Amino acid sequence: MVAYVRTSDAPLMTPPASVVGTWAAIKQRFFPSLGSSVAGILIATLVVWIAWNLVDWALIRAVWSAADREPCNLPDAGACWPFAAAKFHQWVYGFYDIPQRWRVNVVFVIGAVLLAALLIPSIPRKGLTAVLFFVVYPVIAGVLFSGGVFGLPFVETTQWGGLMVTLILSVISMVVSVPLGIMLALGRRSTMPIVSLLSTVFIEVVRGVPLILVLFMAVNMFPLFMPPGINPDKLVIVIIGVSLFAAAYMAEIIRGGLQAIPKGQYEGAQAVGLSYWKMMGLIVLPQVIKIVIPSIVNHFISLFKDTSLVVVVSILDLLGMVQTGFNDAKWASAQTGNTGYFALALIYWCFCFAMSRYSQFIERKLAIGYKR
Amino acid sequence: MATAIPSAVTLSAVNKWYGQFHVLRDINLDVKKGERIVICGPSGSGKSTMIRCINRLEEHQQGDIIVDGIPLTNNVKNIDEVRREVGMVFQHFNLFPHLTVMENLTLAPIWVRKMPKAEAEATATKLLQRVKIPEQALKYPGQLSGGQQQRVAIARALCMNPKIMLFDEPTSALDPEMIKEVLDVMVDLAHGGMTMLCVTHEMAFARQVANRVIFMDQGQIVEQNEPEEFFSNPKSARTRQFLEQILH
Repeated sequence: MVAYVRTSDAPLMTPPASVVGTWAAIKQRFFPSLGSSVAGILIATLVVWIAWNLVDWALIRAVWSAADREPCNLPDAGACWPFAAAKFHQWVYGFYDIPQRWRVNVVFVIGAVLLAALLIPSIPRKGLTAVLFFVVYPVIAGVLFSGGVFGLPFVETTQWGGLMVTLILSVISMVVSVPLGIMLALGRRSTMPIVSLLSTVFIEVVRGVPLILVLFMAVNMFPLFMPPGINPDKLVIVIIGVSLFAAAYMAEIIRGGLQAIPKGQYEGAQAVGLSYWKMMGLIVLPQVIKIVIPSIVNHFISLFKDTSLVVVVSILDLLGMVQTGFNDAKWASAQTGNTGYFALALIYWCFCFAMSRYSQFIERKLAIGYKR
Repeated sequence: MATAIPSAVTLSAVNKWYGQFHVLRDINLDVKKGERIVICGPSGSGKSTMIRCINRLEEHQQGDIIVDGIPLTNNVKNIDEVRREVGMVFQHFNLFPHLTVMENLTLAPIWVRKMPKAEAEATATKLLQRVKIPEQALKYPGQLSGGQQQRVAIARALCMNPKIMLFDEPTSALDPEMIKEVLDVMVDLAHGGMTMLCVTHEMAFARQVANRVIFMDQGQIVEQNEPEEFFSNPKSARTRQFLEQILH
């Protein structure tokens, strides 16, 4: 018998309790089998144990007020927060003249406002903001930081330090590395042999050496090539070194993106009469940037953290400044180092996490046009 | 053919090699203004390469190509000038996925022809009406069907107001039910007097609009004739064999 005709519908039933409901969801997610239940419980115990210890140290046993190191030196003391509070200004400004620190704050505030205006998509006039941020702002920042004009007292770069230097270094090298990286990537793919060779050699040489070495060489060897009497500023040399280093990596990120663009896009652009630079600027690079945003941000995050290596050439960035604070006899205690490093980790993490979240936000936003 | 009509495209003794491979062999072709040419032939016969030489997407190594009176040489100025006069439609559309349909159409007029944005948009809107998809202007190419994308691509080429249109297998990547909407646009264009060179296997289209059908094989022009004669009475054995295979 093959033929079959249904005469009455099978009854519609609600699912059994083992499939739906809170308890079923918990069971499916956390206790699907004996093995994963055991592993889950072990890992959860470990996490709770670590979290508890951290909270206990950072909050419960922590010293919240002290005039010097004494309370932090007690055997039972936790984090020494008064140390962080006492040193916080130094962490941010380094040895920048105290009465002049308002200048740094002004630069920070202008930078934050411009950056927000640039990064938040709903704020209009991106072109103007970009000119202000990339052209006008560096001049303002330079004048305010250095001084020596408009009646502002001169502050030497050797006095700069802390978060200020970390931000100067990372922001400049990030901003410089993108256009430079694009030029290097295009150069490497160029049909002109000299351009291609020079770009390739630069990228491979710079990528082939550690950043620490780049810093040592920039600071110690570069001045030897300068004409006598010219003594370039160490911070400037380091900024150039880090920027070039970052650009070499950026070039390879961009090159990866360029390879993902189909040949048809180039042909479509050429067929409507676009010149090489218009084709690149209007058709190819916008698509490349979209593809490589996650890699670029990843690179920015690692660059932001890598700037702490400038300690090796005696530039006191955020990390260097925090460590310097440990040597203060007034605050040297068993918990000073832990507290400093913990606060440092929090500061770095906040910046990096913000970059990461922004990247995810912009990825989602750019994906809209591609969705059906 | 009346000799009084000026030439739109002239290829004389054109040769091209890919490494050792001789891909175009002694190509001689003269296309008059307003002529519609259909080029067919087996895959790898050099037909796409030939029309891609006309707007210099491929470089020929010997012989002369003259487009609208401009000789194609290494001179970048000439290449730019030719590309402004020649529109091209590709098998895979090659629309710009990060731009809306309207932006795809107005990009070249604004950046190459320096046309004011409002004027470029007005032209684009007219052309979208001509290819019958004015309602898609603000969508992205990825949101359109293949047939719609190809019509956008035709409109994009037309936005530059070209004197000559090249079609490189414009219907080969389309689902069968979308081929007609694209061919309709091409027929409309042909009736408007556009000079057209089409690489295609749509023989019905060739019969309907072509002045001449060219058959290529192994990098050479093997046979060319008026469509009626070409299909009913092919002279070369290779042409006959090819037509048997595609006309069933």
